[in-house]
Amino acid sequence: MEETIQFKLNGKQTKLTVDGERKLLWVLRTDLETTGPKYGCGEGICGACTVLIDGTAARSCQTSVKEVKGRDVVTIEGLAAEGALHPLQKAFMEHDGFQCGYCTSGMILTAYSFLKQVPHATHDQIIQGMDDNLCRCGAHKRIAAAIEKAAKEMSLSDPVGERSDVK
Amino acid sequence: MKFQMEHGANSVNEKFKVQNLTSLQNSDPESQIPNLEMEQGAGGNTENPEFDFHLNRRQFIKVAGGGIFLFFTIGDLPAFGQQRGERRSLPNDFNAFLRIGENGRVSLYTGKIEMGQGVHTSLGQMLAEELDVPLDSVDMVMGDTELCPWDMGTWGSMSTRFFGPPLRLAGAKARRAMIELASEHLNTSPENLTVEDGVVYEKSNKKNHVSYAELAKGKKIEREPKGQVSLKKPSEFKIIGKSFARRDGEVKVTGKAKYAGDIQIPGMMYAKILRPPAHGAKLLDVDVSEAQKMRGVQVVRDGDFVAVLHRYPDVAATALSKIKAKFDSPKTGVDDKTIFDHLLNEATEGRVTTHGGDLQSGQQGSKTIFDQTYLNDYVAHAPMEPHTATAHIEGNKLTVWASTQNPFGVQGEVAKELGMSSENVRVITPFVGGGFGGKSRNQQASEAARLAKLSGKPVQVAWTREEEFFYDSFRPAAIVKIKSGITENGRMNLWDYHVYYAGERGAEQFYTIPNHRTTSYGGNAHPFATGAWRAPGNNTNTFARESQIDMMAAKAGIDPLEFRLQHLDNEKVKRVLKAAAEQFGWTPAKGPSGRGFGIACGLDAGATVATMAEVAVNKNTGEVQVKRVVCAQDMGLVINPEGATIQVEGCITMGLGYALTEGLHFKDGKILDTNFDTYELPRFSWLPKIETVLIEDKNSDPQGGGEPAIITMGGVIANAIYNAVGVRLFHLPMTPERVLDALKG
Ligand code: FES
Ligand code: FES
Repeated sequence: MEETIQFKLNGKQTKLTVDGERKLLWVLRTDLETTGPKYGCGEGICGACTVLIDGTAARSCQTSVKEVKGRDVVTIEGLAAEGALHPLQKAFMEHDGFQCGYCTSGMILTAYSFLKQVPHATHDQIIQGMDDNLCRCGAHKRIAAAIEKAAKEMSLSDPVGERSDVK
Repeated sequence: MKFQMEHGANSVNEKFKVQNLTSLQNSDPESQIPNLEMEQGAGGNTENPEFDFHLNRRQFIKVAGGGIFLFFTIGDLPAFGQQRGERRSLPNDFNAFLRIGENGRVSLYTGKIEMGQGVHTSLGQMLAEELDVPLDSVDMVMGDTELCPWDMGTWGSMSTRFFGPPLRLAGAKARRAMIELASEHLNTSPENLTVEDGVVYEKSNKKNHVSYAELAKGKKIEREPKGQVSLKKPSEFKIIGKSFARRDGEVKVTGKAKYAGDIQIPGMMYAKILRPPAHGAKLLDVDVSEAQKMRGVQVVRDGDFVAVLHRYPDVAATALSKIKAKFDSPKTGVDDKTIFDHLLNEATEGRVTTHGGDLQSGQQGSKTIFDQTYLNDYVAHAPMEPHTATAHIEGNKLTVWASTQNPFGVQGEVAKELGMSSENVRVITPFVGGGFGGKSRNQQASEAARLAKLSGKPVQVAWTREEEFFYDSFRPAAIVKIKSGITENGRMNLWDYHVYYAGERGAEQFYTIPNHRTTSYGGNAHPFATGAWRAPGNNTNTFARESQIDMMAAKAGIDPLEFRLQHLDNEKVKRVLKAAAEQFGWTPAKGPSGRGFGIACGLDAGATVATMAEVAVNKNTGEVQVKRVVCAQDMGLVINPEGATIQVEGCITMGLGYALTEGLHFKDGKILDTNFDTYELPRFSWLPKIETVLIEDKNSDPQGGGEPAIITMGGVIANAIYNAVGVRLFHLPMTPERVLDALKG
C-alpha cells in the first residue's frame, strides 16, 4: 500500500510516496538514485547492501522502507562529512581494502557500526565482527588491516568517529 | 563511420561520469593540425572487414579535441586473437593510443577493463615511467568500444604480461616525440634535452624548459616517432617497481564508482526474465495475466523469452513471481555424485601432450607404484556483482553499459542478437564488480538489448544471485588419474598422467622423471555451461600432481620439500621453494609429521609459485582451519609490488574456497545452489596469516599476477591435512564430510 514516508537520508530530510513494504535497498538505489548500497544476494547473507540506520548497520535488502520512517539513514555517500573522508574511508584507501570495490560500501559501513559498539576492537574482534560480510576478491586481509588502523585512529581522536548527523 | 557522441548518450555520460571522457569533445572541427604526419597504412584499417574499431586515427583526432596523439601497436603477439577461436585480426598500424592533452594530462585508451585486478594502476605506472610524467597525471579510458581500440578481453593474466612491454615502448616513443617537439621549441638538439615530471629541460641550462602541456597547447599533432628508442633500465626506474595505492580508491570508498547496475537513464525499465527451473527444460505453457494486471508492469514476450518490465526492479520481481509457467524438465540422471562416471564415459579420445622415456621400463624399474584418481567439483565464479547490463537505443544506435570482461565481445554478440551492424553498437564498461573469468560470457547484455528493442525503452537487466548461479559458466568438474612409481632409492621413475576436462594448463609436469607421459581428454559432456575460472584447469592439475608427489615422498620416507628438490632441474621452481621454506621456517621431517605443514608448487601464466601452509584439523567435526600460508612467487619484473602482493593474497583467500567448501550441487540440470547459504565463500574467520614473498627478476618481462598463486591452494591444503592427520583427500573441495569420511577410512 502506498504511503508517505519521511526519513533522513545522508543528513537530508527525504519524503516519498511509496509502497511501504518495498525493500529499502531498491528504494534507495532507484527511487532515490543512491547507488552506494549494492545488491549481492538479496537474502541478508552478503552485506553488500549495508546502510546505517540510526548509526547501526542494517541490511537494506531485508529492511522495508516503512521501517525507516522518521529515522536516520546513512549510505556510503553520506559518510564523508562535509567532504572530509571518514577515517575508515581513508584507511581503506591507504591499505587497499578492496579490489573490485563492490563489497566496499557494505564493508565500511559494517565496520563503522561495529567500531561504534567495540571502539578498541582487536584484530580478532574485527575478524569476528566482519564475518558476515562477503568479499569474493579475497581482499579480507587488507580490509581487516584497514579497520584495525581506523580503530586506532578513531580511538585516538574521536572515540567512535561520531558525526553530528549520525547519532 | 563518423564519430558522433549523440546528445542522449552524452548527457548520460555527463550525469554519471561513467568514464573519464569529459575531455573529449565533438566540436572543434576548425582546429589547426600544424604538424600532421600521416603514416603509410593510415586509413587502411577500414578496408579490413573484420576491423571494427570505429575510428581511424584521422577521425579520432578530429573529434578528440586538441593535444598530441601517439598511436602504437601491440606487437605480433600469438596470445592475441588466437584464444577461444577468435580470429579477428588486429588493425595493422595501431591498436592502442595515448593522448597528451592541452592540460598536460595523459590519457591512455585501451580495451582492457578493471575488475579489481589493479591494471588501472599498473598499466598507468608503466606508461608514466617511460613517459616521465607523474602517475597521477595519467587517465585511463578503458573498455569503451567507441573510444578504445579493439581488444580480445581481459583474462588469462595477460594485461600486464602482454600489454605491458608494448605499452612501455609506446611511452618511450611518446617521450621521444615530446623531446623532438621541444627541441624545435627550445632551439636545441634533442640530445641536449631531458624530461622530468612532464617538463622537458635543456640539460645544461635548466631554465630553458617547456612542459608537455605547453607543447600540446592549441595543437593537434599526430606522431609516431621514427627511429629507435630504448626502454629505461631497471636502475633508472622511478615508478615501476614502486608500490602505489590503487588509483580507483577514492571513488570506491565514497560510493561514487559506478557499476553497470548503477546506470540510470530517464525512462529506464528494470527487467526480470522468466527462467527455466533446470538446464534443458522446455517451456510448455505460460500465463502472464496476473502480472499484466499490476500497475506499471509491461510484459514482453518473444517466443519462449518472457520478461516483465517495471520502473522499479523489486516490483518487476514481484510481477515475475505472478507468472505461472509450466516447464518440461528433462531427467538426465546426472547429478553431482554421478557426474564423474558420466564425464569419463563421454570423454573424447586422449591426446598425448608430452612424452619422454619409456613407460614400460619406468614401471618395471619402480619398486612402488601409486595409482590414484583425483576429483574436482564444479566451481562457480560468484562475483559479488552479478551479471548486469543497461541498454539504450536511440535511433539506429545502441549503447550498452555492461559488467563484462570483454566489451568488444559484447559489441559483436549484441549486434548479432539485434541484427545491427556492430559499428552502431557502443559498449561502455563501468567498474566491474569481479569477473574471475565468468564475465567473459555476456548473456545479460544480449537480454538487455533485446528487451530494449522489444519494449522501445531503455532497459536494465541485473541478474539475481540465483540467476548468477544458474547461468554461470562453471569451472568444469574434472578428473585426474595418475600412475606413478618410485625406485628402491626413492627416485621417481614413472609418471603417467591423464587429465579429463581440466585442460592442459598446468598439466605438464616439471619434475625430473625419466619415464613420463601426459594425456589430456576433453569433450562436451557438461550438463551446463563451463568456462575459464581464475587460472582455469591449473587448480585441478596442481592439486593432483602435488598430492601425488607428496604421497611418493611420504612412502619414500623423505621430507616433501627435500623430495621435490631432489627431482627438480627447474631453477625457478627450486628458487621459489627455497624462498617459501625460508620464510615459513620449514624444517625437514618425513610425512605425516603431525605438524599440519603442507607444500605445493607450480607454474602458471609465466609465473612460478611455491606455497607452504599450516592447518589444524578438527577430528570430530572434520573442519579444517588454515592457520598460516606462505607464498613465494616469481613473476618477472614487478610493476607494483603492493598490487602484486594483493593479488597473491586475493588468490590465497579465494583459493580457500575451492579447496574447502566450493562445489556445486545439482541434479538433472537443476542448480541446487541458489545463494551463498549453501554455496559457501571464504570468510574473514577463515583468514590465515598470509605472507607473500615476491621474487623479482627485474630484467625479465612482467608475468601474470592475478592467478598463479591460486593454483597451489588445493594441493597445499590437501598435503597439510595429510601431514596433520595422516589421511589423504582425493576430492575437492575438502568439506568436513569428506574429511570425516577419510578419517573413518
Ligand atoms: S544484498 Fe543484502 S545482504 Fe546481500
Ligand atoms: S573487493 Fe571485490 S568483492 Fe570485495
